[in-house]
Amino acid sequence: MRLVCLCALAMLIGASGPADAHLLYVSNEKDDTVSIIDTVTLEVVDTIEVGERPRGVTLSKDKTKLYICASDSDTVQVLDVKTNKILHDLPSGEDPEQFALHPDGGLLFIANEDDAVATIVDTQTRTVVGQIDVGVEPEGMAVSPDGKWAITTSETTNMAHWIDVEQRKLVHNSLVDQRPRHAEFNADGKRLWVSSEIGGTVTVFDVERKEEIKKISFSLPGISKDRIQPVGISLTRDGALAFVALGPSNHLAVIDAKTYEVKTYLLVGRRVWHMAFTPEEDLLFTTNGVSGDVSVVDVKALKVIKTIKVGRYPWGAEVLPTN
Amino acid sequence: MIVSKSIAGGIRLVVAMCCWMALYAPPGLAQVTTEILYLVHQRPRPPTLSNLNTPPADDGLQGARLGIEDNATTGRFLKQSYALREVIVPPEGDFLAQAKQALAEKSAAFIVANAPADDLLALADLPETKDALIFNAGAPDTRLRQIDCRANLLHTLPSRAMLADALMQFLVKKRWTKIMLIEGPRADDKAFGQALRKSAEKFRASITAEKSWSLKADMRRNAAAEVPSLTQDAEYDVVLVSDEAGDFGQYILYNTWLPRPVAGSQGLMPVGWHRAVEQWGAVQLQNRFREVAKRDMRARDYAAWAAVRSVGEAVTRQSTADVQKLAAYIKGPEFKLALFKGRALDYRAWNGQLRQPIPLVHSGALVALAPLEGFLHQTSDLDTLGIDGPETKCRPN
Repeated sequence: MRLVCLCALAMLIGASGPADAHLLYVSNEKDDTVSIIDTVTLEVVDTIEVGERPRGVTLSKDKTKLYICASDSDTVQVLDVKTNKILHDLPSGEDPEQFALHPDGGLLFIANEDDAVATIVDTQTRTVVGQIDVGVEPEGMAVSPDGKWAITTSETTNMAHWIDVEQRKLVHNSLVDQRPRHAEFNADGKRLWVSSEIGGTVTVFDVERKEEIKKISFSLPGISKDRIQPVGISLTRDGALAFVALGPSNHLAVIDAKTYEVKTYLLVGRRVWHMAFTPEEDLLFTTNGVSGDVSVVDVKALKVIKTIKVGRYPWGAEVLPTN
Repeated sequence: MIVSKSIAGGIRLVVAMCCWMALYAPPGLAQVTTEILYLVHQRPRPPTLSNLNTPPADDGLQGARLGIEDNATTGRFLKQSYALREVIVPPEGDFLAQAKQALAEKSAAFIVANAPADDLLALADLPETKDALIFNAGAPDTRLRQIDCRANLLHTLPSRAMLADALMQFLVKKRWTKIMLIEGPRADDKAFGQALRKSAEKFRASITAEKSWSLKADMRRNAAAEVPSLTQDAEYDVVLVSDEAGDFGQYILYNTWLPRPVAGSQGLMPVGWHRAVEQWGAVQLQNRFREVAKRDMRARDYAAWAAVRSVGEAVTRQSTADVQKLAAYIKGPEFKLALFKGRALDYRAWNGQLRQPIPLVHSGALVALAPLEGFLHQTSDLDTLGIDGPETKCRPN
């Protein structure tokens, strides 16, 4: 019976799917494509060709466009999510890897990995409005919910750089453990989470004081500490849970975001990179680079319920709500 | 800003500094400048049959320069700057004399040396370097990690023992355990041959036939005639060649009597670094290097870069100019460095060797990264490669 329902739903896609069927966009780094997955049927409904080495993906504030870092094309592509056609490119600086949209929707903050700079692009005028020198191999990028701070992490310099958005100036640097990959603000903007891939830790900062308040470590029975490499971080809006992708250990850590205790670990695909929630936060999707698939986590049950094959080296993920 | 000036005797000074570092540095921090001396004794190039694989003259040096650049980018946020003093001794030059002269002009706390083993030991035994920290980025000799180790010497280049063990793990995993070894006539070839023999014993593979390369013929013209007969009289799963200069090894491939893979210094090679390594973010390092050097990064470049980055990491984390503190930190258990090999690396307490995974590559791709899964160790699987604690003969003083 359930199977029949799924098939029926699959046929509806593209028309006017049911209210809670969202679309998950996954960038496939080594295929130069983006896979689109229906979040109810959990099937790939379309695969579209994009620029070279697509990595970070993020939606525009009005949810009509998807921005895609096409790293080897040295550009950010703008995809119309209605037609799934590339509308135009944005200037991005060299080798854009990750980016974050300012809450006002206008400015895009881009980490340029090969160039040790962060580039600020105005998405309306399609021009570069600023470049800021940061550390070697900037990768992670986050903008605080109040729009005051942009954070980039530099992998070889081992710092989180605090950029004052209004002044467009780097004002503070926080040393973290080796190879920081990702930065994420919590919903109220009071905490900043930074993952250190080779250091094997996640550092939580108090944003007001720009001070480290907690360093979280991980341990998995039977898995060498070397393989526990935190990368992506996703936080629930209610401030209860944090999910950390642990790379080649093939697990997610589920953390109590208030006590910073690790609650459990979930086995996902190989070399897990990044994650995205559905708007209801009932499902979490992970991109698994080496196994070339997406794991689906039931957030309430904290169980992996399905694995979906996508392209080679899935990297970034973003959910387009359709309601 | 790059300032470069020439000094007599082939000594060059390059300083990489950031004038605007004060803009970002937290207030109250004193300016720290760390100078690293790069000493190279260029090797004479032996005549080889092939002229395809000539090593670049700046092998190693470009890695040290990139390391300084990487350190400086980080340092500008912390009021720390780095400088590289380059002393290049040509093959016919007197390495020790020039090293002494350079040290007399200005003492050096950190030295990256790219020189043969005997030069390196002479340098490490100078009174002038007693309190210095020397990084060996040029000599793979296992004896430098054993009886000839020194308290002031660390090794970022893998030893021949590590390379041989990495390859042997792969052969054992593949069950290619019957080995024909073809060894070249030079001292380096014999040393690598010896490392392969020891490694075969360690991992229980067997060398079923041994050949010494002595053919004087021009293999470019008649490898197809000579190599089959050389490899005809034994049973083997794989042919290992020991030909570090790249004289004849490449002519063994596809010319063996039996249809067997070739590995060692040619074919499937265990290396400290190679252009085929692109996992673990290594693409970024390869790109940065190519931009600076206009060529691919090689094992000695990587070793020199790792040495300079070790110093930078210590200065960044310790925020001090105290050389003894920095050296103790680098050698100590707290030290961790991200070097694009997929995990945090540090130095072995018993002989100063940088623990590191060893890529197994052929000219076009990475085949495996040793240690391979299944080779277990009670503390770190990286210590399945090379000289482990219990077998150390290193008693420095």
